[in-house]
Amino acid sequence: MSDFENSFWSIYVTGFALAGIIGCLVLLWISGRKKVAPRADNTTGHVWDEDLTEMNNPLPMWWVGLFIITVVFALLYLVAFPGLGSYPGRLHWTTEGEYTAELVKADKELQPLYAQFTAKTPEALAGDPNAMAVGERLFMNNCAQCHGSDARGSKGFPNLTDNDWLHGGTPDKIIETITKGRIGQMPPMAAAVGTPDDVKNVANYVLSLSGSPHDSLRAQLGKSKFTACAACHGADGKGNQMIGAPNLTDDIWLHGWGEQAVIAMIQNGKTNEMPAWEHKLTEPQIKVLASYVWGLSHRPAKP
Amino acid sequence: MKVIPIQPVPAEEEGGALYVSEKKVYPRAVTGRFARWRWAFVALTQVIFYGLPWLQWGDRQAVLFDLGARRFYLFGYVLYPQDFIYLTGLLVVSALSLFLFTAIAGRLWCGFTCPQTVYTEMFLWIERKVEGDRMARMKLDAAPMSLEKLVKKWFKHLLWGGLAMWTGFTFVGYFTPITELGMEFLQTRMGSWEVFWVFFYAIATYGNAGFMREQVCKYMCPYARFQSAMFDGDTLTVSYDAARGEPRGTRGRKEDYKAKGLGSCIDCELCVQVCPTGIDIRNGLQYECIGCAGCIDVCNGVMDKMNYPRGLIRFTTQNALEHGGQGDVREASAIWRRVLRPRVLVYAAVLAALTAGLMFSLALRTPLKVDVVRDRAALARIVAGGKLENVYRLQLMNATEKTQRYVITAEGLAGLLVASEAEVEVGPAESRWVPVRLQIPYGSVAAGSHPIHFVVKQADGTVVVHEKSVFLVPR
Repeated sequence: MSDFENSFWSIYVTGFALAGIIGCLVLLWISGRKKVAPRADNTTGHVWDEDLTEMNNPLPMWWVGLFIITVVFALLYLVAFPGLGSYPGRLHWTTEGEYTAELVKADKELQPLYAQFTAKTPEALAGDPNAMAVGERLFMNNCAQCHGSDARGSKGFPNLTDNDWLHGGTPDKIIETITKGRIGQMPPMAAAVGTPDDVKNVANYVLSLSGSPHDSLRAQLGKSKFTACAACHGADGKGNQMIGAPNLTDDIWLHGWGEQAVIAMIQNGKTNEMPAWEHKLTEPQIKVLASYVWGLSHRPAKP
Repeated sequence: MKVIPIQPVPAEEEGGALYVSEKKVYPRAVTGRFARWRWAFVALTQVIFYGLPWLQWGDRQAVLFDLGARRFYLFGYVLYPQDFIYLTGLLVVSALSLFLFTAIAGRLWCGFTCPQTVYTEMFLWIERKVEGDRMARMKLDAAPMSLEKLVKKWFKHLLWGGLAMWTGFTFVGYFTPITELGMEFLQTRMGSWEVFWVFFYAIATYGNAGFMREQVCKYMCPYARFQSAMFDGDTLTVSYDAARGEPRGTRGRKEDYKAKGLGSCIDCELCVQVCPTGIDIRNGLQYECIGCAGCIDVCNGVMDKMNYPRGLIRFTTQNALEHGGQGDVREASAIWRRVLRPRVLVYAAVLAALTAGLMFSLALRTPLKVDVVRDRAALARIVAGGKLENVYRLQLMNATEKTQRYVITAEGLAGLLVASEAEVEVGPAESRWVPVRLQIPYGSVAAGSHPIHFVVKQADGTVVVHEKSVFLVPR
């Protein structure tokens, strides 16, 4: 665990540190014994810039005392803390140790807090303002980067407040999603659909499913080609939560809205990943977080 | 700008060592016009300092700096950290006042209102009451330890300690409500940091006013150094009129000293004995002089007793002295000539302008602050109904002491509307982060960043705040 290639550098650094401190003491001692011949005008005789002279006002003793205190402090510090080469200091203090100690302390402090959460069901937690405050902070620190601080997501990042779920919206499913992460995959389907014209027709049919603006003639023509899509999205286009296939009928567009976006999707496909959090968050944290997310779309109706 | 010539003081017999133990200064009690002024300033500053925390304003302390909640209560104002500019303004005004006073009359601040001077004055007063005046104190210090000495010393330190603790307690009372702090103290349940700071300021007061005294002014204080740099030939300084005083010498009260070839100075050394920094003003202007005018008071008393005219030591200027001490600076014409010089006029004008500006902006301050932060990571999103949406977080800071309702609207783009809750309630002196969603019809404007602004209105319509931001339209 040494920061040095070999012991020479450790000794080199130690030598310089101690020589500096001892040098200060020696300088203090020498200047304490030094006498300056008093001059009539009470200057030291030094002159700068033609007329700038230095008055000979001796330093008060208590100031010398302050110097000595700094030297004593430095030596005590170097005994207690790392500073002399690879010598770790009597207190064995490290930044890593301090970090670990803080983590342990935080865990200990948080244990009773999470203990009262683990006993409850996620649905109950969603109604517990305490748990929700914790959940909100966890969300802000870990999830808001992608899903937005209001959890409404953005292009490519699902909206968590709209009760439209790719993989299912029960608390258990959400816990599973957070713990293990998800990979949403749609292969490029242009070849299976047919000609570019067919693709355009299918895209219009898909738009028609949710009542979005579309060319109804093309939608009619595209309906038959939808079979290629139905394997995942279902014959009615309502999607399949088992494999994370989106519902195409609900006017919610994760990867963009309009004909161009749908055509691009059919041609290129998409691989979308949500990372797994099991190594970053503890189980009770994930539970509170899942309850928070579940609560976003199961709000008590506003009076 | 004229250079003030150095009048060298002959070196004292220090044997030329680079470090010396400081001689303890035993200032003698002084009475007179300037001493009354100084006590008036001691009273004024300390009535404010010790009294202010006890002043109530409605149901809270009138002046309270709540660091934990980051709210600063100043009488009717609730200031946020965002109001830091007012502190900046206050410090600039303070600095300019210092420049102005120093340019006119030297180290007035040091001699009359500096806390170091004021507390030293108070501690000295206690010392005098317990141990006696200068001679008695010197005798007591030189005497071997006896029961009387022990009792006096202990009693003095007890009083000093009490005053110092009260000072520390008062200081912390600006940050923790002082009545609460008092209750906590009586029930011995003060917070560890509160205890620390009370003792910290108590020890600082005790050490600086009891022991360090003039050492602070001579060796530590940065103001002392740069105030001296603001002097010029027309600055009023405490000066000994050497032309009139020399040659000094003792004489009888009735004697015709001029016939003996003497000046007005009777060499009684009282000016040296009263000096809190232990210098002899008769050696001319020295960097240690804090302009307290103690020597003026005491010398005028001596001159009165001798039936000589006053003002052997007086506030005068280098220029007046150089003209053979002629031209009394107290004459109106001389004072006008001194006051109406460019340096003073510029200081005064800038000071007046800044003070007016500070007052004006405080008077016109809106009791609502809004910060707009675009949401992280999500530039824009398309939502149901073919709308393009941007998300912002608005921090609404209510600087009134009532619960307020605020209405949020946005302007700057065609069809821009607030899709989230547009009415927000914020508690008294609280701030709240509110997510706000703005929408425009998709495709209604070109891709890029469009300047918009939020308009936040207080529900009663008295306060309106505009805050700029941008609306992003992705390609």
